[in-house]
Amino acid sequence: MAEKFKPLSPHLQIWRPTLTYVLSITHRILGGALYFGSVLFILWLGAAALGQDQLAAINGFYAFPLIQIGLFLYTWVLFHHLAGGIKHLIWDTGLGFGKAEREAISLATLIFSVLATLVVWAVFVWF
Amino acid sequence: MVELLLDKKSRPGKGKVWPRPGGATNVREYRVYRYDPDTEANPRIDTYFVDLDDCGPMVLDGLLWIKNNIDPTLTLRRSCREGICGSCAMNIDGANTLACTRGMDGDGPISIYPLPHMPVVKDLVPDLTTFYAQHKSIEPWLQTKTEAPGTEWIQSRDDRARLDGLYECILCACCSTSCPSYWWNGEKYLGPATLLQAYRWLIDSRDQNTSERLDNIEDPFKLYRCHTIMNCAQVCPKGLNPAKAIAEIKKMMVERKVA
Repeated sequence: MAEKFKPLSPHLQIWRPTLTYVLSITHRILGGALYFGSVLFILWLGAAALGQDQLAAINGFYAFPLIQIGLFLYTWVLFHHLAGGIKHLIWDTGLGFGKAEREAISLATLIFSVLATLVVWAVFVWF
Repeated sequence: MVELLLDKKSRPGKGKVWPRPGGATNVREYRVYRYDPDTEANPRIDTYFVDLDDCGPMVLDGLLWIKNNIDPTLTLRRSCREGICGSCAMNIDGANTLACTRGMDGDGPISIYPLPHMPVVKDLVPDLTTFYAQHKSIEPWLQTKTEAPGTEWIQSRDDRARLDGLYECILCACCSTSCPSYWWNGEKYLGPATLLQAYRWLIDSRDQNTSERLDNIEDPFKLYRCHTIMNCAQVCPKGLNPAKAIAEIKKMMVERKVA
C-alpha cells in the first residue's frame, strides 16, 4: 500500500526571525557577494600593476556614483564577513553560547562592521 | 535540500471562522493550522475565539477549551500539562515551545502551527518517526567494557554534575524542528536534540564507548551541518543549550585528533 500523503508543515514562512538566525544566513549570502566585490578590487590591482594610464582609467570609472556605492557596500560586507568569521571562531571554542553573550557577540559584529567601514572611507576617501 | 517554499499540496489555505462564544466579553483569537487526512483538501488556518473568563491561562488551556467547547475534531498531543512530557510541542507565534508552559501573554491573535518542516499526520500532530530513529541511532544507553561491579556503576558528584543541563532534555523536538539545517537536511543531519543526547553519553564518566560514539557521528552531515544558528538554544522550553553541546562534541573531535 502506498504511504498516505502527509503535508509538510510551514517553516520559513512562519518563523519569527531572531538576530543570530538572520546573521547566520546573511553571513552566507554576503560571503557569496564578496566574490563580486573582489572582482572590482582585482581589476583595480591589475590596473595599478599595468601602469599609470590604466590606473587613471579605472579610477575614473570607479568615480561613478553607482560604482562608489558598490565599493562602499563591498567594504562593509568585507568587514562584516571578517567579524562574522571571528564570531564563529569564538563559538567553535565553546565560548559565548549564553543568551546574553550570543546576542552581544552578534550585535558587536554589526556595530564593528559599520564603524570600520565609516573609518576606512573617512580616512581614505572622504577626507 | 533547501526548498524555501512549501509544495502546492502543503500550502495552507483560508479556513473557517468559528462563531464567537455567546455572552463572552473577554475573548482571545486563536488561528490554528488544520489538516484533515481523510479529505483531499489542503491544510487550512481556522479561527477560533476563546472565552478567557472560562479558561485557564496557558495556550494549552485555550486549545483544550476549543476542543471541549467549539470543535471536538481539533487534534493535538498533550499529556502532563506541566512541561515534563514534551507532547504538546508546537509552533506558537513563530517559535517552537510547549503549549502547556506558554502563557497567553499579550492580547493579539495567537498563531499555532505544528512543529515546522515535519510531515503532518493531522492538525497539530507531526510524524516524529525519523526524529526517534535518529535518537536511537546514537545508542542512548550506558555502554561499558569492563566487568560489571558487584554494586552500582559509581560516579563522583563532580562527574554527575557534568550531566546537568543535558539529562533534563525531554525529547520534545522543539529544538530540532527549529533548526534550518535540520529543515534542509533532516534525513542526514542528526539535529540538535539527538546531538545533545549524544553529548550526554559522551561525557558520562561511567560510559566506556566514548571513541566508538565519536566515530559514529564523525560525519559531514550527521554532526557538521550545525552552523551555530542558535534557534535551538533560543527555543528550548527547558532552557537547555544544544548549540553549546554540539560545539563541545566538535571540540572532542579535534582534541582526539591532536592528542
